[in-house]
Amino acid sequence: MAPRVEQARSAAPATAVHLKRPEEGATLTSTLPESSAKTEQGRPEWPEELTRVPYWVFQRQDVYREEQQNLFRGPYWSYLCLEAEVPQPGDYRTTFVGDTPVIVCRDEDGELYGFENRCAHRGALLALDDRGSNAKDFTCVYHAWSYSLQGDLTGVAFKDGIKGQGGMPKYFCLEDHGPRKLRLAVLHGLVFGSFDEDVPDIEEYLGDEILSRIERVLGGRTPVVLGRFTQLLPNNWKLYMENVKDSYHASILHLFFTTFGINRLGQRGGIVVSESGAHHVSYSAIDREAEQDAGYSDQNIRSDSDYSLADPSLLDGFSEVGDDTTLQILSVFPGFVLQQIQNSVAVRQILPRGVESTRLNWTYLGFEEDTPEQRTVRLKQANLVGPAGYISMEDGCVGGFVQRGIAGASDEEAVLEMGGASAASSESRVTEASVRGFWKAYREGMHLRQEKDK
Amino acid sequence: MTVTVDAFRLISRAQGEYARCIDDGRMEDWPGFFEEDCHYRITTAANHSEGLQAGVIWADNRRMLTDRVSALLEANIYEAHTYRHILGQPAILEESDEGARSETGFLVVRVMRDGSSDIFATGRYLDRYRFHGDRARLAERVVVCDSSTIDTLLALPL
Repeated sequence: MAPRVEQARSAAPATAVHLKRPEEGATLTSTLPESSAKTEQGRPEWPEELTRVPYWVFQRQDVYREEQQNLFRGPYWSYLCLEAEVPQPGDYRTTFVGDTPVIVCRDEDGELYGFENRCAHRGALLALDDRGSNAKDFTCVYHAWSYSLQGDLTGVAFKDGIKGQGGMPKYFCLEDHGPRKLRLAVLHGLVFGSFDEDVPDIEEYLGDEILSRIERVLGGRTPVVLGRFTQLLPNNWKLYMENVKDSYHASILHLFFTTFGINRLGQRGGIVVSESGAHHVSYSAIDREAEQDAGYSDQNIRSDSDYSLADPSLLDGFSEVGDDTTLQILSVFPGFVLQQIQNSVAVRQILPRGVESTRLNWTYLGFEEDTPEQRTVRLKQANLVGPAGYISMEDGCVGGFVQRGIAGASDEEAVLEMGGASAASSESRVTEASVRGFWKAYREGMHLRQEKDK
Repeated sequence: MTVTVDAFRLISRAQGEYARCIDDGRMEDWPGFFEEDCHYRITTAANHSEGLQAGVIWADNRRMLTDRVSALLEANIYEAHTYRHILGQPAILEESDEGARSETGFLVVRVMRDGSSDIFATGRYLDRYRFHGDRARLAERVVVCDSSTIDTLLALPL
């Protein structure tokens, strides 16, 4: 991936440069921090260290536009849908890559294809529904240009005119026109797409550590959709991704478990940050040894709270895949999350909808292999997550608290020093390493700063 | 067999009190509108028409509703807000002396502390009531929201 990023950099005059050294502009900038040196876009320069994130990155329209170009339509993989949602030829779903509308469709040849949901003629949407089946083609309602299920232009209404009058010029070639196509990758039932043909293979993109943990939850099983919900977040999309990667906030912002005295004692856990910083896993698991040592072998729930659940069966689960891991939050840059919280399994698609607006699409999953009892556990434990989730509803509003809090602080910076300054994997979850990892990948993908030699 | 109970009157009365309870912020009284072995869930029209079972809130007994209230009052963090429920007239779909099935349209305005009032949800209650003398209690309430999008978060029940 590195060589191509270099090419992109050299092609982009937007690369961050000091236009003037801070001391030279002392009379103008004496009250501002050193980072107030401006780039060509008039933005303060991105700080060198990973522990600082300037707030303007959540506020600027030009940043939003560049993200769409460099990240969402760049050499990155975006989650599109589940393979199980398009099982038959003629099945399709419409979704987005960033804010670009796309169609994912299964053709008669049995293969999946992805392409922009945009007519090559005048740009109208080709498909107007969230999903469909038995499609034979896609025909634009505006002027009836039609497309195959692979996204190829196959027909233009009145192409030859009527009675020799009108029509397209003789040199008009259907093959020269069409919506942009996506490269697709299917991984354990997850369909990813990229507009950049040069994106690395999904396996290389994710790396073994992330791959193995996707496989852990989804491998060899057939997901069943239990429900879909969308949350409209009043904040920049990156504030939600930071939140997902932030293992530091979990027991502080989300008080459900502590309030009800649900303290799992024998727990071990940690975080995994991919080498690029882009992707992460946060996990916790029952620690059998610690439990036995502490004499908690037959009671791993301690209640030292004034409150207890009237129906504690909410937390009566089963081992999700036969191991001791009870929580695994996994993110794929730029905007995908796979979650296992006890037996609540879900995928989340994060879609920017403007500088200060984000769509969060939840798809709750079960598996074909579930027993009826296991299915009930999943439905019950879905109360933990989603827009009304006991341990996730706060994530819906906290990004908005930041967005509103920083309104007058474009030149100020967030502080990310918990657990040090690196973006490395760790045994502790009291760290912001995976948040720093996000920014490491982000600033590289956005050409905000040349990475120094390691 | 003639039905001697006026289902419309019992259900209208129960629903008026239900809405007033939530809108007045008396959360702790809310589970009392349900039977002990009730089912309550909030879902969307899209999920409902596809037969998908999950809810943003999902309970198969009244104790789970009590826990929902305890969590809202003691654990969960959200900005202070209130609802204003505007309910349509219940359509009685099935009735007997023991209970009835009904459907009622609703509109809920959410009022935030900064004064903004927005239509938070519209939809319908798909209900199964059981009658106890002059009272009707919910054996099942499926809250089917028209939109599949929830703004920010859903804390107070619908």
